Amino acid sequence: MRTLYLQPAVTLAAALIAMPLAAAQDKRVDYQAELPKSPGVGESGYHVPPPHGDYPKGPFGEAVKRGEALFTDTQTNAGEYVGNGLNCANCHVDAGRLANSAPLWAAWVAYPAYRKKNDHVNSMEERIRGCFTYSMNAKGSKVGHAPEPGTPLLTDMEAYMYWLAKGAPTGEKLPGRGYPKLDKPPKPYSPERGAKVYADNCAICHGDTGQGRHTADGKGYVFPPLWGKDSFNWGAGMHRVNTAAAFIKANMPLGKPESLSLQDAWDVAAFVNHHDRPSDPREKGDLADTDAKFHKHQCYYGDKADGKVLGTGTGN
Amino acid sequence: MYKHTLTPVMLLIGGLTVTTAHAAPDGKDIAMKGAGGVPCQACHGLNGEGNEAGGYPRLAGMNAEYLAHQLKSFKNGSRKNPVMAPQAASLTDAQVKAVANYYAQLPVPVVQAPTPPAELMTAGESLARNGRWSDTIPACIQCHGPHGQGVDPYFPDIAGQHASYIAHQLKAWQSGQRSNDPNGLMAAVAKRLSDADIKAVAAYFASQPAAAGK
Ligand code: HEC
Ligand code: HEC
Ligand code: HEC
Ligand code: HEC
Repeated sequence: MRTLYLQPAVTLAAALIAMPLAAAQDKRVDYQAELPKSPGVGESGYHVPPPHGDYPKGPFGEAVKRGEALFTDTQTNAGEYVGNGLNCANCHVDAGRLANSAPLWAAWVAYPAYRKKNDHVNSMEERIRGCFTYSMNAKGSKVGHAPEPGTPLLTDMEAYMYWLAKGAPTGEKLPGRGYPKLDKPPKPYSPERGAKVYADNCAICHGDTGQGRHTADGKGYVFPPLWGKDSFNWGAGMHRVNTAAAFIKANMPLGKPESLSLQDAWDVAAFVNHHDRPSDPREKGDLADTDAKFHKHQCYYGDKADGKVLGTGTGN
Repeated sequence: MYKHTLTPVMLLIGGLTVTTAHAAPDGKDIAMKGAGGVPCQACHGLNGEGNEAGGYPRLAGMNAEYLAHQLKSFKNGSRKNPVMAPQAASLTDAQVKAVANYYAQLPVPVVQAPTPPAELMTAGESLARNGRWSDTIPACIQCHGPHGQGVDPYFPDIAGQHASYIAHQLKAWQSGQRSNDPNGLMAAVAKRLSDADIKAVAAYFASQPAAAGK
């Protein structure tokens, strides 16, 4: 459903104005003063997780290591629950460490939390299972659903997140959480204009038809697919135009963050999400009903592209 | 110390090529005898293995489209090099294609350098595999593939390439001598690297096996 410029209720990045950590620790800070602005990309003030590879000793360190491997190479290490070509780290860049790329350390200190998407208080385990269900399209996997609660690999992933959040204040909305919310584009976003932005800036890596790219030996994706059967499904947060635009502006093209104009980021996000992908797992045969219940936000679910209804899915 | 796997058969074939006038240009002929200038093999080696001391890159087994793009870049000045540019200057489009195809189909020679000292290795491997996102440096393998063996046709195989050459290219992007990369993707990365980064990452990739069986 295409609802233009609704306030995106679920965007995590919505309330990111928070005090930088350094200031919070400084006793001389005047707590009545106006909160400082959320720091911009690359500026200091973000939580700094322990260095890469500096794992704790003992069995806990082993769990952290396994959790990291699950997160960065989900295909290999949790393949039986993955029904597409993605790894968790594809949307949580730098192994879930990077500010403004939905970093795991900011998530860790924010749960349990109420989520509108499923209307109850969610544990971290449930949140991770949600990403398996939607972003990793678990219904198309060998097992056919997300890992059951209590599955050891979920504990390993939580150990990894806990370690990354070392020293971060629990319950604070940390700067850099989620993807930074974008201003509205000057003109309403357009998949037609986005097609050109895509061809000029993205196709070199993600392929002319969004299919991603493999190494010469064809083993796994180097550049992840953006739509089609191997991408995230219609229930994933990334299918919303505003969420994708925010991710893209802050993180893409790889190595050149914040280089697209505001208009181009929205247009290319609209283009990417104006294609079919694996169906929404909440849809049980009635697309219009699913549209009305779950897609009242900026997306193309239930709309038509090339004469076909979007959301019917790509077979898995 | 470099191990070259030359077979006598390859050497023999190398000496036997004959040019046929007016036919499509013969890539091997250009490589062995040159196209009016110095033979390519004089610098790039009989098997396209290149040479660390001279800073001559390995060409054997690299992607044909990528190699052709490089030769055109030397011709149009988007890649400047006083030694190589004159070699490319006189090549016709057909010759570029032929010689690129020739080097692409050559077996990858073993030019892998020995493992560098631990300190260089650790620093180089960390940049290669994790990048350094606090300075907006993605991991090299995110674009060059999980082992640096390239993603055809735009992202070249840098594993098993000579360290002197890798370092020279990274500096060429920093100085603007090389500006032929699509959308400035490589320049954006190279310009954020320090001299120490360059030394480490060049040593690391030089010690890795080049793409096998391409
Ligand atoms: C296709 C992109 C994509 C993939 C793949 C992905 N995620 Fe996410 N993830 C998101 C988006 C988008 C959000 C939240 C932003 C939103 O919904 O607005 C998110 C949010 C999260 C959060 C909560 C963040 C917070 O601050 O509350 C966690 C935890 C998480 N993901 C874990 C995972 C794990 C674990 C995996 C792999 C099993 C994974 N994600 C795979 C896109 C992805
Ligand atoms: C230089 C290569 C490159 C370019 C150019 C590039 N991307 Fe990406 N993109 C990547 C990589 C690599 C990832 C996965 C990131 C990771 O694993 O750290 C990614 C991830 C993504 C994702 C999330 C994962 C998924 O599959 O949905 C989206 C969305 C995306 N890119 C969109 C774009 C758009 C839109 C553009 C053009 C404006 C673009 N990218 C340009 C390399 C690139
Ligand atoms: C006199 C020595 C010399 C000769 C002869 C020579 N080259 Fe080169 N070549 C070089 C050097 C030096 C470089 C590296 C240039 C740089 O640093 O930018 C190079 C680079 C290249 C590259 C770029 C490789 C890459 O990985 O990007 C190609 C392709 C190439 N040469 C092809 C040829 C061909 C084909 C011929 C014969 C027509 C040839 N060269 C003859 C010295 C030579
Ligand atoms: C965002 C994508 C991207 C990343 C990340 C990246 N590269 Fe590249 N690199 C490229 C592209 C594209 C080219 C090819 C340029 C051309 O066509 O001339 C290239 C070319 C190169 C070359 C020249 C190879 C040759 O044969 O001449 C070297 C060396 C290189 N990269 C090293 C690195 C190193 C080291 C890193 C990590 C510090 C790195 N790259 C990270 C995109 C990338």
